Amino acid sequence: MTLIQETDFGTPAAAAERTVALEIDGIPVTVPEGTSVMRAAMAAGIAVPKLCATDSLEAFGSCRLCLVEIEGRNGTPASCTTPVAPGLKVATQTPRLKQLRRGVMELYISDHPLDCLTCAANGDCELQDMAGAVGLREVRYGSDGADHLHQPKDESNPYFTFDPAKCIVCSRCVRACEEVQGTFALTIGQRGFESHVSAGMDEAFLDSECVSCGACVQACPTATLIEKTVIETGQPEHSAVTTCAYCGVGCTFKAEMRGSELVRMVPHKDGKANRGHSCVKGRFAWGYASHPDRILNPMIRAAIDEPWQEVSWDQAIAHTAAEFRRIQAKYGRGAIGGITSSRCTNEETYLVQKLVRAGFGNNNVDTCARVCHSPTGYGLKTTFGTSAGTQDFDSVEHTDVAMIIGANPTDGHPVFASRLKKRLRAGARLIVIDPRRTDIVRSPHVEAAFHLALRPGTNVAVLNALAHVIVTEGLVNESFVRERCDWDAFQDWAAFVARPDNSPEALEAATGVAAADIRGAARLYATGGNSAIYYGLGVTEHSQGSTTVMAIANLAMATGNLGRPGVGVNPLRGQNNVQGACDMGSFPHELPGYRHISDDATRQLFDELWGVALDPEPGLRIPNMLDAAVEGSFKGIYIQGEDILQSDPDTHHVAAGLAAMECVVVQDLFLNETANYAHVFLPGSTFLEKDGTFTNAERRISRVRKMMPSRSGLADWEITVALARALDCPMPYDHPAQIMDEIARVTPTFAGVSFARLDALGSIQWPCNQAAPDGTPVMHIGGFTRGRGLFVVTDYVATDERSTSRFPLLLTTGRILSQYNVGAQTRRTANVAWHPEDVLEIHPHDAEVRGIRDGGWVKLASRAGATSLRARITDRVAPGVVYTTFHHPDTQANVVTTDYSDWATNCPEYKVTAVQVSPSNGPTAWQADYRAQARMSRRVAGEAAE
Amino acid sequence: MTAADKLAYMANQIARAFATLPPDQAAAKTAEHINNFWEPRMRRQLFSLVAEAPDKFAATVHAAVPAIRPPPQAA
Repeated sequence: MTLIQETDFGTPAAAAERTVALEIDGIPVTVPEGTSVMRAAMAAGIAVPKLCATDSLEAFGSCRLCLVEIEGRNGTPASCTTPVAPGLKVATQTPRLKQLRRGVMELYISDHPLDCLTCAANGDCELQDMAGAVGLREVRYGSDGADHLHQPKDESNPYFTFDPAKCIVCSRCVRACEEVQGTFALTIGQRGFESHVSAGMDEAFLDSECVSCGACVQACPTATLIEKTVIETGQPEHSAVTTCAYCGVGCTFKAEMRGSELVRMVPHKDGKANRGHSCVKGRFAWGYASHPDRILNPMIRAAIDEPWQEVSWDQAIAHTAAEFRRIQAKYGRGAIGGITSSRCTNEETYLVQKLVRAGFGNNNVDTCARVCHSPTGYGLKTTFGTSAGTQDFDSVEHTDVAMIIGANPTDGHPVFASRLKKRLRAGARLIVIDPRRTDIVRSPHVEAAFHLALRPGTNVAVLNALAHVIVTEGLVNESFVRERCDWDAFQDWAAFVARPDNSPEALEAATGVAAADIRGAARLYATGGNSAIYYGLGVTEHSQGSTTVMAIANLAMATGNLGRPGVGVNPLRGQNNVQGACDMGSFPHELPGYRHISDDATRQLFDELWGVALDPEPGLRIPNMLDAAVEGSFKGIYIQGEDILQSDPDTHHVAAGLAAMECVVVQDLFLNETANYAHVFLPGSTFLEKDGTFTNAERRISRVRKMMPSRSGLADWEITVALARALDCPMPYDHPAQIMDEIARVTPTFAGVSFARLDALGSIQWPCNQAAPDGTPVMHIGGFTRGRGLFVVTDYVATDERSTSRFPLLLTTGRILSQYNVGAQTRRTANVAWHPEDVLEIHPHDAEVRGIRDGGWVKLASRAGATSLRARITDRVAPGVVYTTFHHPDTQANVVTTDYSDWATNCPEYKVTAVQVSPSNGPTAWQADYRAQARMSRRVAGEAAE
Repeated sequence: MTAADKLAYMANQIARAFATLPPDQAAAKTAEHINNFWEPRMRRQLFSLVAEAPDKFAATVHAAVPAIRPPPQAA
């Protein structure tokens, strides 16, 4: 294996269909109109020397190294900023150009430390390369003049350093921050000799607005911005392409290695989800893989108040199988179940559901989508016929109006947010529907045309009001609806939303949104060109989550915004493989491919393949499992890579359910919060330690490649195979490729997927079958999966979780950029520099009347429970609304959330909890007790006491 | 909420979601939803609860009960 080197064409590709023929150094070349001479030369195999140019950024023309001569034109134009023209005759290497380039390089090097042998970028430095390319042999300027060689290094960022002594002020970092990331945290300060790269107002990188996405490090042609891991370890020597294990964007990275040590993760330019970009998590926050908290040996114990005993894999597997069979013999076949992980691969989740259905003999399998996007599955399957988003991420480049509902992409899906912001800067309009003023509402060069800051819990009312305007003002795309949708259902829906009680004016009091803003937003969405909806958990995590998804689908169908690039309904998935986990049959009512367990023909397919008769009855969902555990009929669970104690609502109830079970098996990297209640711990593997696939939010299946041996000895799929064999459930696999082959055999939408095809194509968006052998970037072109699109009447039903005199505020929860889900991974990285604890955002008015100070401790209480955390006073939230994150177990925000859930799917209503906030002296007694219990529970026999 | 109250609440929530339909269709949809998504022991509890505490349930749930599939004998 060697280090993957990507070709840098110097400037971005031109999109024109018309081509231009020219001649470069006597070589004829034909390129799209608008291509730069530099890129055309590279296409012809001629690398023009360059420093300020790179093909992820627009041409800048500052370094004066890429000069060329053009027959019939005066001077020596920069090839990066000169577009091709028909018949041009270009020379890239002449005596004049050689002399000019040497002179330019001489100037650069005269103010650059000549420490190449000890420089961390040695061997990966464009300045070094260019000195060689132009034949630099001497620097005539001496060392007596002024220079920048002794300026202090900025090492404040935990992941990279900024060394101004090595900076050539090419502006690539500044432009990357602007053009690629869209944060505008960097600038060139001062002028002339004083010109320098400045983070913010000459702040340290960590103190500035820098979001540590790594785009500047990626763009830097010298060692000025370089990863600390490269400084510490040295240059990598081999690499492979793999997929990030964080959010649902599913970025493609090159994992660059030295031996079996990961040196850095570099975003892959050919990655179709991220197009060469990254965020702080995927780019840098992988240190958890080697964190000392990792558990590397299986452990068992008889009771949760006993210390763990390390055992061999054979002992752990045999013990688990015996316990599960004992429980089933005593309490019945349905007394055990499993949870698949959205952080594990498709192949691994497929095996867990197979183990439950074929090995346990029931359908008690569920996944974390239960608590995030299960309403998406229900809502989009009902209306369109497919439980998935309609577009690829490239689609946003054709969008004229983006409507973001209940999503915070700059924090939750940052690489997609950067692509969206780029499109917004190019002129697309933005509508944001969110109780909170998220960053996307107003950020540098981006401002929402409408921010509908609705009251939590009123999504359906707002969407009905938008639909009311579209229907009553004649903005329906009737030809689309007549051609593509169920006309009778449309008429029922149109009559419903047209009712006066669904008008923006009638609903203004309930939603808190001005009617005029609703009307303006509806007109913009319906008439602004290609309109696309992107939504997140602010849609789904409500008692009407599924209804809201269907209301979104109604809007898209009514305006004809489906079935082509630039439009669509796009759920932004939370975890990296939540789409895949759902595809793989992780829900208790569905087999892989979203086919209901009661369907005889589908079940027969699996019966024959697996050699068992599957139970035709739906199984228990996670909350149902916990209820049944408390009641005494559910006694054992196999949890693959999830931490339900921290992530699921109403922590007291989750704890009671787990405590009532006789065998809780946790398979994870760390002793997570759920493991405090476990009897068996099976150490899992990171995404770097196994082969497989992830499926991202755009249905894109991408390879995960094993970069190093599993530290615990077994990949997660191998653990499930071992457990299945111990339960006499045959799983004859030697490699995940064989599992994917089985998935393809039994899942029509995956029929054309294999590891070989993925290796050939890079990635594939399902459906991939005979009709679409290379996959399907945009769905529902020409017709819906279900036939005709189904409009569903979406009556607004106010949640029963209401503010009262005792609990007068509404809590809504969310995520932050630097942390991921329950934080099990990111809390074990330097990302804690940005978010060391969860805080409660509260409006100044609500803080003042309660005597709450910024940074002071507050008690957050609901009818479910109470916790304490620090307050942050901000007008990001409206009066009456408070907000926090759930990344830290010390806070346990879900102690406060309730047992209300979506009517169709039981997805918890995380986004609306009536609470009271009051000043506090510090953590509550419950938090102190919890910490003590967690400490006791994590004892391992034989380890020295603290 | 007690387990019984939660089960009744969930059934009523489903019925409420179909409240804009004519009563017979609302009942049929409620039954279909419960048949598709409720594990047998949940349906068993529902039947018991409807018999023991009928006041906990909306009229649509009562109308749906005859179309809800009886759970098989416990394994």
